[in-house]
Amino acid sequence: MELQAVLMAAGGGSRMTDLTYNTPKAMLPVGNKPLMWYPLNLLERMGFEEVIVITTKEVQKMMSTDPKMKLDVKMKLDVVCIQEDGDMGTADALRHIQQKIKTDILVVSCDLITDVALHEVVDLFRAHNATLAMLMSKAHEFTETVPGQKGKKKTAEQRDFVGVDQSGKRLLFMANEADLEDGLSIRKSIMRKHPRMHIKTGLVDAHLYCLKKAVVDFLADNKSISSIRGELVPYLVRKQFSKTTNCPKIKDDAEDQNQKKNDEPHGRQNPLKLCECFIISTPNSPLLQLAQDRSCWNDHRGDMSEAYHGGKLRCYVHIMDEGPCYRVNTLAAYIEANRLAPKLFEEVPVHPSAVISERCQMGSDSYIGAMCQIADKTSIKRSTIGNSTTVKEKVKVANSIIMHGVTIEEGCNIQGSVICSNAVIGRGADLKYCLVGNGQQIEPEGKDHWHEHTP
Amino acid sequence: MADAGEPEGPERKDDIVKAKQEGKELTKEEKQRLRKEKKQQKKSKEKKDDKPSRDSEKEKKPASAASPAPQTPTQPPAQKAPSAAPAPVPVPASETPSAADKPAKSKAELKAERRARQEAERASKGKKGDVGPQAAPGKPKAPPSELQPVVKRLPEHVQVDNPEVLKKLAKKLERQQTPEYNAATKVKIPLRSDYGYKVSLFSHLHQYSRKAPLTQQLGIPSTVIHPAIVRLGLQYSQGIVAGSNARSVALLHAFKQVIRDYTTPPNEELSRDLVNRLKPYISFLNQCRPLSASMGNAIKYIKKEISNIPSQCKEEEAKRKLLNCIDCYINEKIVLAAKAIAKYSIEKISDGDVILVYGCSSLVNHILCEAFEKNRKFRVIVVDSRPRLEGREALRRLVQKGINCTYVLISAVSYILPEVSKVFLGAHALLANGYVMSRVGTSQIALVAKAFNVPVLVCCETYKFCERVQTDSFVSNELDDPDDLIVTRTGTTQLEHWQEVPSLGLLNLVYDVTPPDFVDLVITDLGMIPCTSVPVVLRVKNVDQ
Repeated sequence: MELQAVLMAAGGGSRMTDLTYNTPKAMLPVGNKPLMWYPLNLLERMGFEEVIVITTKEVQKMMSTDPKMKLDVKMKLDVVCIQEDGDMGTADALRHIQQKIKTDILVVSCDLITDVALHEVVDLFRAHNATLAMLMSKAHEFTETVPGQKGKKKTAEQRDFVGVDQSGKRLLFMANEADLEDGLSIRKSIMRKHPRMHIKTGLVDAHLYCLKKAVVDFLADNKSISSIRGELVPYLVRKQFSKTTNCPKIKDDAEDQNQKKNDEPHGRQNPLKLCECFIISTPNSPLLQLAQDRSCWNDHRGDMSEAYHGGKLRCYVHIMDEGPCYRVNTLAAYIEANRLAPKLFEEVPVHPSAVISERCQMGSDSYIGAMCQIADKTSIKRSTIGNSTTVKEKVKVANSIIMHGVTIEEGCNIQGSVICSNAVIGRGADLKYCLVGNGQQIEPEGKDHWHEHTP
Repeated sequence: MADAGEPEGPERKDDIVKAKQEGKELTKEEKQRLRKEKKQQKKSKEKKDDKPSRDSEKEKKPASAASPAPQTPTQPPAQKAPSAAPAPVPVPASETPSAADKPAKSKAELKAERRARQEAERASKGKKGDVGPQAAPGKPKAPPSELQPVVKRLPEHVQVDNPEVLKKLAKKLERQQTPEYNAATKVKIPLRSDYGYKVSLFSHLHQYSRKAPLTQQLGIPSTVIHPAIVRLGLQYSQGIVAGSNARSVALLHAFKQVIRDYTTPPNEELSRDLVNRLKPYISFLNQCRPLSASMGNAIKYIKKEISNIPSQCKEEEAKRKLLNCIDCYINEKIVLAAKAIAKYSIEKISDGDVILVYGCSSLVNHILCEAFEKNRKFRVIVVDSRPRLEGREALRRLVQKGINCTYVLISAVSYILPEVSKVFLGAHALLANGYVMSRVGTSQIALVAKAFNVPVLVCCETYKFCERVQTDSFVSNELDDPDDLIVTRTGTTQLEHWQEVPSLGLLNLVYDVTPPDFVDLVITDLGMIPCTSVPVVLRVKNVDQ
């Protein structure tokens, strides 16, 4: 087996608590499908047959009852439950399932919606025998107004600085602005090896990583790393150029190949920490080393060093220029995703089991879920209506997201809002850019603008 | 014979009409056969022209011909579906002894035997559509006599502009399905499509784009093809593993991993099943990048070793033996051969020499480094050419050792040749008529060197000797990605939209052949031989094996 897929679905959605305090992030409906259906669908389309899903018990329960998950997902899902207290980071979760991991892994987050050709990322991983290969995308501007927020908030402090080499594939530098207090400093050794570096800030990390099995073993021994994105990836990127990694003792020369074969446990011979050796000491088998020596290929030119500068640890990134790639971890992203995700999959706008009266005006951009009941004289434009929702007469819904089981009484006017599951909107309510929480009730004739109704 | 014939009637394409009359068919056939024999005897006595044989052929046509039989062994063995029946295996093997025994047995008996074998073969293979169209043109050419020499055709991978051949290739790939354990999901190996406009002289060759790798059409956790082979295919198509020796070593390394991960399915023999397992991998690699002659020889060697494993050998022991064989092969044919060649070459390098090398040949680099270590005083001129610019890598390796180097492009070769005392060239393959197949540009260098009376020495290991015969670079070559020729200088890319210009074609050839008149000496691990002695070496090698 080549790659094992791991889906991280235990995240709490800390940046959109209004939506997630009742429904776990993995099961939030996007285009009437649970959020985690999208990465699972991506994996299934690519040919995976088994996925290890790390999630909480609540999500597991919801997964087993959700019809979409049961019918559409044909892969075998190996669900591993972890505690819900939120202390476990993604790397901790990997450490938790270390026993199940037998080969290299592909880690995906449950909030990724994309249609990337996954082979671009995996080919980098395979061809260059990389330790890490990840996916990034150019950030898209969010054009929709976010309910509950007056004006646009600019989050300029959390930029990511990503440094790639000239070909745009090799990852040389990665740091978050929050970690760079004094400014961006780049080591001379990196500059000597890669004199041309492109530093990009407008990239979104898709949280899709191909990792070697040795990294998981390394995590098992190194318990201080708890987040893949926050700690493991920057660590690996830094370690590519660390002096200890490229110590000449470890480099295999053609002449002392036979000797090196016998020096299997490198850790005992070199003055290195035992844990670091796991990643570094993937000694090339002598045949592979011979092939590399005889091959007339080099990834760079202009200096005297061999391919990859002799480094054994390599990190690669594939940057998507076009095509959708969203991480649904904020409210704005959630709304954007709802707008665009159904188009990705050519969803049927109206579910066959929905009951829609004939005098209803439905725009072509709207999506109606299963078992809905839409009464006369309603107008639904650019909205998504979830399953089992009842919409009574003379209701105008525009630019909104209505989740499952909502009841909207007559004469309501809902614009630009997000209504969570099981809410009840009283008669004649007028909601503009509001966020109504789970199970809330809006009084009849209520006029709300830019409000958030949450318990 | 009657028993073997009966179920076979409906299988033959031409006999569909007569399917119901099986019993009568056979007697008809027997009559036809007797008639044929009589006519042949007449023919051989009188030595007339082939008019009567043509008549007999026309009679033979409905009953299908013996002519497909000599043709079937020439088709690549990969086309035969993996079958447990021993029938197909003895057929090609027994063809040759049957021809040898000809004077001993009578023609009639032989023909009858062959007919029976053919029918049994057809039963085990099922319908074979390709026999039909190939047999049709073959029939008028091959009269019923068995001693007629087999008509050799151009190999399939070269006839890219012939749609029939492409269809056959697609079918062949479909048939080369990896046997999955549940046998219900048989995924086929995808066909890589050609890219861009091909120059008409080379339209019979494949031209692929590096931006459309074959992995696009495969599932991501590749279960059909072993991951080591997928990785290798990617490395070939992206040029990460380049160079004849490197590709062979990497191939054998990947095969070692395949063998290590292999388990014999129940009711199968390792010696047969493993060979069948390797076939789809080899076609996959062929599509990523056409196989080199050295890789072909390595594959032949492995297949022979696998089929020679005795059936009572246990799996673990068999695997260990195979891994050992591979290690020995590499050690003998590549590592030790390089040492031997270096030893011979150092005798030819004298102090004060100016040596010209072209491109990056791992063997030539090795020789020069060894000579430098033995304290020979010489300097090197590295000649390079676009678009690969491999000379830069050779330059780097030589300068790293401390050798005095000069670097020029191939357009300057006639300017610097007056300074040169020897030319060392590497080879991709040595053909059976003495021609040297090497990187494109090598024949130019050899030609100019000959004009200046500079000795040209080609260094090549014996495992790269190949039985093909070629006198020009057109009939069999490799076309690389044409987009490699596009270069961006000072912000402008002139050829960016070359596909839109209908009269423009970009040609990126990889190999060319150098005639033996331009080569003065070939240094191999067997010694220093003239170019024309290559067939002798091949003959000796075959006798050894």
